[in-house]
Amino acid sequence: MAGTAVLGRLAWRVADVIDLVPETPRVKTILFNVPDWPGHRAGQHVDIRLTAEDGYQAERSYSIASAPETAHVELTVERLDDGEVSPYLTDELRPGDQIEVRGPVGGYFVWEPSQGGPVLLIAGGSGVVPLMAMIRARAAAGSSVKTRLLFSSRGWDDIIYRDELERLSGNGLSVLHTLTRSQPDGWDGYARRIDAEMLAEVGPSSEEQPLIYVCGPTPFVEAVAEALVHLGHDPRVIKTERFGPTGG
Amino acid sequence: MSPISRGFHGRRAAADPTRVPPGQYVTPDFPVLSAGPTPHTPLDEWDFSIGGEVEEPRRWTWEEFRALPSEDVTADIHCVTKWSKLDTTWRGVSMDTLLEGIETTAEYLAPFSDGGYTTNMPLEDVIDGKAWVAFDYGGEPLEPEHGGPARMLVPHLYFWKSAKWVRGIRLQSTDEPGFWETNGYHNHGDPWREQRYWGD
Repeated sequence: MAGTAVLGRLAWRVADVIDLVPETPRVKTILFNVPDWPGHRAGQHVDIRLTAEDGYQAERSYSIASAPETAHVELTVERLDDGEVSPYLTDELRPGDQIEVRGPVGGYFVWEPSQGGPVLLIAGGSGVVPLMAMIRARAAAGSSVKTRLLFSSRGWDDIIYRDELERLSGNGLSVLHTLTRSQPDGWDGYARRIDAEMLAEVGPSSEEQPLIYVCGPTPFVEAVAEALVHLGHDPRVIKTERFGPTGG
Repeated sequence: MSPISRGFHGRRAAADPTRVPPGQYVTPDFPVLSAGPTPHTPLDEWDFSIGGEVEEPRRWTWEEFRALPSEDVTADIHCVTKWSKLDTTWRGVSMDTLLEGIETTAEYLAPFSDGGYTTNMPLEDVIDGKAWVAFDYGGEPLEPEHGGPARMLVPHLYFWKSAKWVRGIRLQSTDEPGFWETNGYHNHGDPWREQRYWGD
């Protein structure tokens, strides 16, 4: 285990739910206080564990939404109607409840302001969560690294973090939305699934050698990554994270 | 002692608990997890090689590889991201067939893939009918997003060990952590001992 032997087992910690904030009709952010949280890097995830009265347990992984600088840990969870865990988190969980958390996990799909850029972030739906952690980390560091977020949502009301993204725009960050199913009156932005033409317009081009992070459902990530390779981006700088249909 | 999650009842799958490792849930789907774009290597450029610490390295073209004896495999697979899928059906070439007659003092192997992915495991985890290089899934050619044209199949370890788009293995006397193994995931990855992350 070269270079890894000193690390102890990641412990399950009992986290206190501080607050729940609705983001969209289907998505909520949960704020936790995690005692002795070891800190994390933007893009990492945690495991959570629920325990029923009879001892039955269910574990799932969720991306961390908050910047490392934030005192509490935030997870943003999309309610999957046929899910076992996500409906509990979005519908049942209340401030003061406790659940178990283990992490942070993952050392690949991460970005830190010191890595520089330019950075191209491409999100499909709740795939924006780990990318938001990067955007928040960038803001917290006062970084002006050229960063672009291309964000695909179904409709205007489905855009997660919409107001905060608008607030954080500028100082090198630009946010572009595409609304694939319905658009508000007067919408003059993109209104289709992300394709090579859109990616070429949004940039940065492959000559600028952006660091690229793509996160969303599998068909979304497959299509976007394929288009990026087609546009000449080095496959090795395209980092992907995919949500299967059963992430709930 | 885990705190009770008030109001949580869970939706237990009716699966045999002796087949679902701790912390896993059963899904009928086949989720995809890859760290980068899906490679598309044409079959006439594809080969599979065995190198590293061997007397004579070996190499098969796609045609030669497909001419090797292959077998049907039915296996339960377990992804470190918590899903398990039972009774998956594959066809592939046994690692025993590929390693037959190879002389080596190596105790480890490192599969490597198109796209740069690597993983690692002890040799004893792939011999005696425990691992294959699979090219069919569910009676159809393996789709690119699931690792086609060929992937490792090492079902008794977490599924990241079953490297997609595999192009060969290196035999080594030292164990060299691969892609996920250097990114926080356990070096061995036995689902029944819940070896998910460093230190588990």
